[in-house]
Amino acid sequence: MEHIRTTKVEQVKLLDRFSTSNKSLTGTLYLTATHLLFIDAHQKETWILHHHIASVEKLALTTSGCPLVIQCKNFRTVHFIVPRERDCHDIYNSLLQLSKQAKYEDLYAFSYNPKQNDAERLRGWELIDLAEEYKRMGVPNSNWQLSDANRDYKICETYPRELYVPRIASKPIIVGSSKFRSKGRFPVLSYYHQSKELNAMANRAAGKGYENEDNYSNIRFQFVGIENIHVMRSSLQKLLEVNGTKGLSVNDFYSGLESSGWLRHIKAVMDAAIFLAKAIAVESASVLVHCSDGWDRTSQVCSLGSLLLDPYYRTIRGFMVLIEKDWISFGHKFSERCGHLDGDPKEVSPVFTQFLECVWHLTEQFPQAFEFNEAFLLQIHEHIHSCQFGNFIGNCQKEREELKLKEKTYSLWPFLLGDQKKYLNPLYSSQSQKSAVLEPNTVSFNFKFWRNMYHQFDRTLHPRQSVFNIIMNLNEQNKQLEKDIKDLESQIKQRKNKQTDGILSKELLNSVRPESPALKATLSLKEQALLPVNDVLRTIEGSSPADNRYSEYADEFSKAEPAVVSLEYGVARMTC
Amino acid sequence: MEFAELIRTGQAQAELLRGPEEPPLRGTLCITGHHLLLSPGPQATPDLWLLLLRNVDSIEKRVAGDSGTITLRCKDLRVLQLDIEGVEATLDIARSIEALSSLESVITSFPFFYRPKGLRLGDAWHFHPPECYYKRVARETNAWRLSEANEDFSLCPSYPRAVIVPRAVDDSALARSARFRQGGRFPVLSYYHAPSGTVLLRAGQPLTGPQKRRCSEDEELLRAVLAGARPGARGFIVDTRSPQAAKQARMSGGGTEPKAAYPGWKRLHRPLERGRPLQESFVRLVEACGDLEQSMDRWLNRLESCRWLSHVKETLSTACLAAQSMEQEGACVLVHGAEGTDSTLLITSLAQLILDPLSRTMAGFQELIEREWVQAGHPFQLRCAHSAFSHARPKHEAPTFLLFLDCVWQLGRQFPLSLEFGEGMLLALFEHAYASPFGTFLCNNEKERCLCEVRTRTHSLWSGLRQPKEQRKLRNPLYVPNPLAIWPSAEPQSLRLWQGLFLRGTHPPEPSEVAWEKVWQIVTDQEKTEGSQPTDSASEPGP
Repeated sequence: MEHIRTTKVEQVKLLDRFSTSNKSLTGTLYLTATHLLFIDAHQKETWILHHHIASVEKLALTTSGCPLVIQCKNFRTVHFIVPRERDCHDIYNSLLQLSKQAKYEDLYAFSYNPKQNDAERLRGWELIDLAEEYKRMGVPNSNWQLSDANRDYKICETYPRELYVPRIASKPIIVGSSKFRSKGRFPVLSYYHQSKELNAMANRAAGKGYENEDNYSNIRFQFVGIENIHVMRSSLQKLLEVNGTKGLSVNDFYSGLESSGWLRHIKAVMDAAIFLAKAIAVESASVLVHCSDGWDRTSQVCSLGSLLLDPYYRTIRGFMVLIEKDWISFGHKFSERCGHLDGDPKEVSPVFTQFLECVWHLTEQFPQAFEFNEAFLLQIHEHIHSCQFGNFIGNCQKEREELKLKEKTYSLWPFLLGDQKKYLNPLYSSQSQKSAVLEPNTVSFNFKFWRNMYHQFDRTLHPRQSVFNIIMNLNEQNKQLEKDIKDLESQIKQRKNKQTDGILSKELLNSVRPESPALKATLSLKEQALLPVNDVLRTIEGSSPADNRYSEYADEFSKAEPAVVSLEYGVARMTC
Repeated sequence: MEFAELIRTGQAQAELLRGPEEPPLRGTLCITGHHLLLSPGPQATPDLWLLLLRNVDSIEKRVAGDSGTITLRCKDLRVLQLDIEGVEATLDIARSIEALSSLESVITSFPFFYRPKGLRLGDAWHFHPPECYYKRVARETNAWRLSEANEDFSLCPSYPRAVIVPRAVDDSALARSARFRQGGRFPVLSYYHAPSGTVLLRAGQPLTGPQKRRCSEDEELLRAVLAGARPGARGFIVDTRSPQAAKQARMSGGGTEPKAAYPGWKRLHRPLERGRPLQESFVRLVEACGDLEQSMDRWLNRLESCRWLSHVKETLSTACLAAQSMEQEGACVLVHGAEGTDSTLLITSLAQLILDPLSRTMAGFQELIEREWVQAGHPFQLRCAHSAFSHARPKHEAPTFLLFLDCVWQLGRQFPLSLEFGEGMLLALFEHAYASPFGTFLCNNEKERCLCEVRTRTHSLWSGLRQPKEQRKLRNPLYVPNPLAIWPSAEPQSLRLWQGLFLRGTHPPEPSEVAWEKVWQIVTDQEKTEGSQPTDSASEPGP
């Protein structure tokens, strides 16, 4: 690779992000064509995909070496100290090049090879079929039809080829409407709600200005003040600055959370989605959603609204369909918003991350309503930035077709489905979903900082034991046991049938009766053996006082006795 | 009964609203000496609704037309609304509740009248006697002994009769050390950490005063502590006040241990909030939690400015520091602030939960509370006289015990498999500390409890909690004994507001309650299927 000068540097230190005493691990840093890899003395590997790198910073030289700080789009922050400045400089330059590609063809997805043949790859791409999805919704029907107006992307470049419009909307109407809307994004069907009383639908369109009420009959306007992409970008920036602070106090954390405005924005998106869902489900109204271009806030609100209305989207497969439909096909500009290529930094914005966060808040409020768990959301977030799969590359369907993504790259979804077990919510109950429409409460208390997203890689901040894992495990064992019981029961049946043929002896039958004393003995033995389920799950990851910051006060214990030691943060003073 | 004169009305028709999720209840409202009752009539289920009047923290009445409304804000943070027919009836009921809920006499309180079926008086009082623990430590270490020097509470009115002290120190030295410590609280053992051979002690502040007085017996006592641990053991004195506050305390007769007088001991200051500021923090948090309309910014601002979570963080990290000094540094630890009955107990009890797997069991946790809070002389009567809604000027109120429960809740969130008890247990302890039919949290110390004959005339909460029907609410279905120390993270990102408690008045129960029910179901399913498996394997005929 032309950008890589140094491939291996030894004696590199990896600093603990939150340590105030510069605790570190020493190891070797490797630079490959796709990843930066750090292997510490315990052979623990830290892999960083070049595409995940949001920024690289070289700090002023210190006595121990040259500090290199890397911020990632998946919110990992690593702080290396490279002994020699020249090595640091080489790596820094390489990473600058490698993390910002100029051409789509240089993205990881075009070289990623999971060892599948063409047929498998194509099947993967066909896994999510939007035509099938519209059929599921109940369109086309007497009111809605498939329009071929955009078959060649002539009316709107950022819409998909296949669009559903009202039957009475003739081609001239569509063309006229598209000329009146920003980027030709005329109103089209996003979700068709089937309910017992009446049918209703949510559409989408682009604005720039808003409709004059006098010209539209039987229509009500609702403005739901969600801020634009620039406000959202700087809000996240502030949030990350706050929670990346060393030695953060509770007060600074909450005042930073407040001034970043992040949770306020999340609540605004959620409120808009609830408004939409209510209008459709309760008032049986049709809703047209738009912002200025109709691919950011509109996508957020339409997809969240659909999620509230339709339990299908709360399943693993349904959620993939939802993302394909409301985000990918309708032209959310993933490559620009995620900064896949070296482009305009002002186009980058965490719009999709906000959507995932809203979904996470819903899973917190409705722990049994979603088939998937938090890990699923985190994994999707990982891959909108990884450029490892083709799904999120490009900014609209037309561009994706031109890039021939389906021929040259793989789809993410079959890989997630193959790993489905990891992403299942053990508490999911599909029966309780019959009543369907979710009505979240958006009182301010319900919005919390999403630690597992923004501190995903800061192990010491997390709970040390996972309830989800253990329940998952119990559930699986229950299933296995139930299956065993069924098998055994059928065996008994078979034997009994044989017995009527005179094959089984009497003693054998007796032993089946539960009063048997021998049986009781097995029962009590069994109970003892029941306890530990899986020791791997019981290990308490990361629970050592050394991992936590209070330990650094104690570092002072072992020092020689000074007269007065004042520690950092001014809270703890130790007089001797 | 002497309450009769305080009851202004016999009964009235009323409708009761109990919160956002629960349906209203209609029926006849009555007042007795200790309770407010609503009887919905013969067909209805549940047939009777009952509120302990002692639970009422504040009362608000409003009349309009020919009916009235009474809003009761309870010490357990629930909010109840009663719509009552008749203006006179409303006013009478309100006055009666006001009078009866503010009675201060201990021996006429409800626990002295409560006689539940299935419990015998005096049954469980010795269920968790601290002496058992002390005897065990004395046996295991050979360096400690049980002393009856405080048999008549003359050395220290807030200590129990039996205390545990270094074997090398005799009772007369204890008496002199007691005179040198605030409230007579001379250093006693709180916990023995067997793996490191170190001990955790607690005391009141030394009364050095402006003249920097010393007490050789007190110094001898702490010297004996180190000598009794492993050779060369060091000690840390964790003072829960700032160095300035500790210095200031000298002016009023208190102070800190001078370094030269206590060789081998090193002092650390970790200031913790206490008293009125802590109570105000609690009041402001509950106030903020009562506002459903506030904007996100306002809510976050109030959550920050009430400082409650800061107190949780400081408490947890101080407890970790104490635990770490013992486990990692092999040092003995003495904790004290001023009186040694509040923040001191917070730290000693939390440090034990972190280090000691036994204290994380159902029985062990009850034993811990009995030993480190009730018997150790936390003044429950004074601290829990009012909760967050009371308009009365706070005098001695402070939610120290609640802060402890919150810290335990945070531990439970970070180690969801390691505590045998669940959130329900912590909520129950909170409720009973403020208003209870049981006698456990009555009075301020053991001496007062003896005078009031609490042990013989009331039932213990611990026997109440042992009732089988309570277990599902109190236990953690996922518990697995964990022999290790559990080190929590005290970073702000790792701490969370205890919604199940602070939002119970305004917010429908967390949906996770439903999910928790499902967890129980999965665990019991597991037990059932596991249990039924042998039936089939036994029935499987051998080859």
